[in-house]
Amino acid sequence: MSLLFIQTGLLTTLQDLGRTGYRQLGINPNGAMDGRAARLLNVLLGNNENEGILEMHFPPPKILFETDAQIALGGADFSAGINSEPIENWRPIGVSKNSLLTFGAKKEGARLSLAVRGGFKIAKWLGSLSTNLKAKTGGFEGRALQKGDRLYLNREIPESRFAMRQRPLNYKISSHLIPNYSRSPKIRVMAGREWQNLTTESQNRFLRQSFFIRPDSDRMGFRLKGSPLQLGENVELVSSAVGFGTIQLLPDGELIILLADHQTTGGYPRIAHVVAADLSVLAQLGAGDQINFDLISLAEAERLILQFEKQLNRLKIGCRFKTYAEN
Amino acid sequence: MIYDIFPLGDSALTIDFGNVISPTINDRVRKLADVFSRNPFAGLVEVVPAYSSLTIFYDPVTVRQTCAEFETAFAAVRNKAEKALAQAINSVLSKAERQLTKIPVCYDAEFAIDLEFVAEKKMLTVEQVIRIHTEPVYRVFMIGFLPGFPYLGEVDERLSVGRKSVPRAAVPQGSVGLAGRQTGIYSLESPGGWQIVGKTPLLLFDPKNESPTLLHAGDSVRFYEIDRKTFDEVTINIH
Repeated sequence: MSLLFIQTGLLTTLQDLGRTGYRQLGINPNGAMDGRAARLLNVLLGNNENEGILEMHFPPPKILFETDAQIALGGADFSAGINSEPIENWRPIGVSKNSLLTFGAKKEGARLSLAVRGGFKIAKWLGSLSTNLKAKTGGFEGRALQKGDRLYLNREIPESRFAMRQRPLNYKISSHLIPNYSRSPKIRVMAGREWQNLTTESQNRFLRQSFFIRPDSDRMGFRLKGSPLQLGENVELVSSAVGFGTIQLLPDGELIILLADHQTTGGYPRIAHVVAADLSVLAQLGAGDQINFDLISLAEAERLILQFEKQLNRLKIGCRFKTYAEN
Repeated sequence: MIYDIFPLGDSALTIDFGNVISPTINDRVRKLADVFSRNPFAGLVEVVPAYSSLTIFYDPVTVRQTCAEFETAFAAVRNKAEKALAQAINSVLSKAERQLTKIPVCYDAEFAIDLEFVAEKKMLTVEQVIRIHTEPVYRVFMIGFLPGFPYLGEVDERLSVGRKSVPRAAVPQGSVGLAGRQTGIYSLESPGGWQIVGKTPLLLFDPKNESPTLLHAGDSVRFYEIDRKTFDEVTINIH
């Protein structure tokens, strides 16, 4: 009842929607970079939306299924195939025992999520199975999966459930629910506390110029390349909490967008925050990709969150019906 | 009481008491955090106390569902924060939170890579630096940066030094550092820019422990000097 890693990928970790409640101890949430992909795929397979997924970077690993399983992929598109037969993202896929999951070209995005029906069998640390790479704990032995590792599933697909092992299933997530991925997205932000401390010229530059993701970016943060921004006068801040999506102005005038593995606190000026609704689009960017920012209001940012939740709820009801029918 | 409430993105807000390092202000932060720990509201994810601010992370969907009378989830949580502030003013912090933890530190040159620099810069002897560093009872103003990393203060003015202009790529776990009027302990190996004056054999963060961090915001800490031999003995016993 396991998946065997027969080739190591660039960075393959277990993540759920994050470890909350421990930021006050300096333990940050970690969790899936592309939270919407993780939620959608889990709901599609009839899982709890917070079930653990495998997050893979390019080049991805090669995985042997030592059990029958039902999986779904989403987020990035790395030209996945089961026994060399191409499979589609956002659709439940039956995988029979002794099948090989391999990948080809990188078509879109930077992080591919793999969810499995019933979830992965992993002991939780502080209520979550997300991997904390820095603290070397959580997830699969606190580290990325590599060649030779065996990852067990919670549930086997019984022999009698023939329909579930068929590949692929005849339903998928509809396109309006899938994040609007792009290699040069317009990312919506809200003004941060120190937005007003930027010179007017720098505010305009932030909203008009294109920024590029620097190669020294990772799950902790995206470093942005662009012409430097300036504060009207220097701001000295004592440390306080920061979040996934906080955009900080570094002393050299460059920007960093904090991501899933960010530190819990920081003392750099917070000039803006990527709105929750656009974090998944952001998460699929990689080195060299281009970003433009669009300033929106708090009310609008909240409206976008609620709109997605409504759609996700409809999907939940639909999938509950589907998975019930299969059982 | 002067404070300011502002959104930290669309799923959190910060109550800021004035961007200062002050025990009185820090007590206010902790009292406010207490109110939410005792009476969490529907949609509260967690609170994060810092030097002079408390940040509330919340789920806007749940908050909107339970507080439909407000135009935004932010407005609803701000309202809860204002009510909590009124409650917090009259509350008393419980004694247990002021627990004193004594932390052994070895100031040998092998670990204390910036000790001589600090002594020279502040025109003190190494022994004087150690004495001044071990004298006060410090307050844990907050935990942040790394799991279990305590921000301790306030350091005697005589030891106030700036951060290194170029941070080190890897500061060893257990290193005790100075930065301005703060002192702290690297709970994990990490890049860092504080001036390193010693090392503790204690584990500040232990994921195997049910309570994974040695210290919590509000605790009291005092350092005491140990020699290299003791450092090794303690290390063997706890690691």
